[in-house]
Amino acid sequence: MEELNLFVKSIFIDNMVFAYFLGMCSYLAVSKNVKTAFGLGLAVTFMLVVTIPLNYLLNEYILKPGALSWLDDSYKDVDLSFLGLIMFIAVIASATQLVEMAVEKFAPALYNSLGIFLPLIAVNCAILGGALFMQQRDFPSCWTATVYGAGSGIGWLLAIVGLAAIREKIAYSNIPPALRGVGITFIITGLMGIAFMSFMGIKL
Amino acid sequence: MLSKRNKEALFNPLSKDNPVLVQILGICSTLAVTAKLEPAIVMGISVIAVLAISNVVISLLRKTIPTTIRIIVQLVVVAALVIIVQQILRAYAYDVSLQLSVFIGLIITNCILMGRLEAFALSNKPWPAFLDGIGNGLGYTIILVIVAFFRELLGSGTLLGFPVIPQWCYDHGYMNNGLMILPPMALITVGCIIWVHRSRNKDLQEK
Repeated sequence: MEELNLFVKSIFIDNMVFAYFLGMCSYLAVSKNVKTAFGLGLAVTFMLVVTIPLNYLLNEYILKPGALSWLDDSYKDVDLSFLGLIMFIAVIASATQLVEMAVEKFAPALYNSLGIFLPLIAVNCAILGGALFMQQRDFPSCWTATVYGAGSGIGWLLAIVGLAAIREKIAYSNIPPALRGVGITFIITGLMGIAFMSFMGIKL
Repeated sequence: MLSKRNKEALFNPLSKDNPVLVQILGICSTLAVTAKLEPAIVMGISVIAVLAISNVVISLLRKTIPTTIRIIVQLVVVAALVIIVQQILRAYAYDVSLQLSVFIGLIITNCILMGRLEAFALSNKPWPAFLDGIGNGLGYTIILVIVAFFRELLGSGTLLGFPVIPQWCYDHGYMNNGLMILPPMALITVGCIIWVHRSRNKDLQEK
């Protein structure tokens, strides 16, 4: 039950885009049409589901203060948490590479639709942000962390598909020339953010 | 020292080629840390430092890095610098580092860094690369400060934590606009800045 709450919460209330502005660069750049936006959203969700449990295990058994005590009692004072950033980004970069190769080999159809987006994801801040929030919130188990990853990814997917749909609709609107393109996209995202804020304060 | 080209590398990013307004890079942190002026300034300084140093390092290494693994090398250089910045902030400015929370760590994936490393440092000598890093960092910081200025002034009536709106305004019914502190208003503020900037630079407008 708790996991279900966390899932809904990370989709709507703690939405990656509207509450923390993560993954904004690709969010603004790749939202011109719904189809590619959906592809990128799927890729991000997929990577979050893969990397967050990996980073969770890494954090739990290697990086956390006292995490190395499973090795030997004399290691229980070791605190490697300052290495967190570099380890997380290494895991994310290599996981992206591995997933790309695996998808290319076993699911060529999926590869063709996600293809160009997979390498971009290594530097998408939503993925690293997910790992850092996971570390900050100290989830009780690997499963909870995975649920959190899935929820955040789906939240991101919803946000980018929503924005892409709106941008397709406004393609023929008469917008002041200086606002066309990026400017109006920022304002739309802001308004969507205000709409998403209505979920705030919902107790689950 | 400052040839025409170097000057361009330093001053273009301030307005004409601004990383936030024109190249649309590094948006995440621009929006997230600007509810107050102080964290925005600290974030700006951190980004300037990391950007300038990593530009120089990558530029020095540019002939020895094989192109196939360059992204990983860049990430490692940047991550090492960011860890240093994070530890310094924790030691000397603990409160601010708490406010910035994960966003210092996210400098690693700040697209300004990867963008400048790829586009400039990999093909230029260390000195121009250093200037380019400073210029882009400053361009980013300026936007951060402008957004944070309006959000803090309208949202909490303070600047850098000091109250600037006199008490009699409140006595006559002026209210702080709490909406400005909430995340979505950062997006709308940046949207308005882009609007102003593009109405002044007509060649940047999209057809």
